[in-house]
Amino acid sequence: MAVGKEIKTKIKSVKNTQKITKAMEMVAASKMRKAQDRMAAARPYAERIRRTIGHLAQANPDYKHPFMVERDVTRVGLMVVSTDRGLCGGLNINLFRKALGEFKAAKEMGAEVDLVLVGSKALSFFKRMGGNIVAEVSNLGDKPHMNDLVGPIKVMLDKYRDGEIDKLVLVHNTFVNTMTQSPEAAQLLPVPPLDDEGLLDHWDYIYEPSAEDLLDGVLMRYVESQVYGGVVENVACEMAARMVAMKSASDNAGNIIDDLQLEYNKARQAAITQELAEIVGGAAAV
Amino acid sequence: MELHVDIVSAEGEIFSGAAAMVFASAEMGEVGIAPRHAPLLTRLKPGEVRVRKLDGDEQSFFVGSGVLEIQPYVVTVMADTAARAADLDEAAAVEAEQRAKEAVENANAEIDIARAQAELAEAAARLHLLKKLKGNR
Repeated sequence: MAVGKEIKTKIKSVKNTQKITKAMEMVAASKMRKAQDRMAAARPYAERIRRTIGHLAQANPDYKHPFMVERDVTRVGLMVVSTDRGLCGGLNINLFRKALGEFKAAKEMGAEVDLVLVGSKALSFFKRMGGNIVAEVSNLGDKPHMNDLVGPIKVMLDKYRDGEIDKLVLVHNTFVNTMTQSPEAAQLLPVPPLDDEGLLDHWDYIYEPSAEDLLDGVLMRYVESQVYGGVVENVACEMAARMVAMKSASDNAGNIIDDLQLEYNKARQAAITQELAEIVGGAAAV
Repeated sequence: MELHVDIVSAEGEIFSGAAAMVFASAEMGEVGIAPRHAPLLTRLKPGEVRVRKLDGDEQSFFVGSGVLEIQPYVVTVMADTAARAADLDEAAAVEAEQRAKEAVENANAEIDIARAQAELAEAAARLHLLKKLKGNR
């Protein structure tokens, strides 16, 4: 039967799209789980290093590393962690809004902003919108490595050491749950005061080489671990957002297929009725 | 008496458990750490970290570089995942800057916040509407 050939083709094409979105949904779901594992794996290091900094700060109350001293802010460093690929709902849009909020806050305080961008979506957005981009890294893949992040972080740390920026803020998505991801701006430098864990007895380390040297290295690693944590968490967010977006796309495709199927059935029914009417009409005329 | 040993790197926990002794190559030379060692903080040289467990078995790990923290009953090795050296880091930083420069050759250094916000608001509204339309089906 030639009836509704176009509709059938259309149904087939929507079905193919649905297959793709379904596959993407499942891939994102499994990648999300892996990203969450990586998030959990990064936590012990961050905690240990934080504790060590706490000990150091407590053992040397007189010595203040530049990374721990508040300064008047004339220039703010902003690290924006975005995804590399799209099809993840409003994830990046919400993130950029948060980043712009930080921009505005800095401008109102009379401070300029330097940008370090992670992920190609952030790069293309700020390329269009303007902004002083000092470093970028993209195409980190689903398994970001510290190696790739060391460079851009060092750019900012050096700027902070040289007094070019007075504050460093990390803007990234935090993973609340599969359905919810919220953009967050966290201050990296100066290192916010850490909670004392009630180490009441006073003691000090033996340092090899010097306390200053070591504190510098530890603080640098601390900032790096925070950024790495942010990037890994952002991957988990990306996958969760994509999973949800693709789920709704698959559902939509299903609805469209149902509608088209209904239309097809109606057309077929109409064609049969007409044929019958013609036969009956023809027979009556004989 | 035993030590609690944690070997962690930024990308994951490598080892965590009890040990009788730990050997590591610190910057100033090889150190052997037994329980009740004085608190010590030092940098690690690339090399082996050996953990002698309570039953006498030894397990060794390669650690690129990192920081070693010793407290009387706790030893923490914070290993770097990346190969670290001052010149390597410098090269990576220069590369990141270079990439940014190439990427935004013609871009404006002044951000147009109003325009950016308008565009984002539009995109967000579009998404919101889509969600709403879907809900009404």
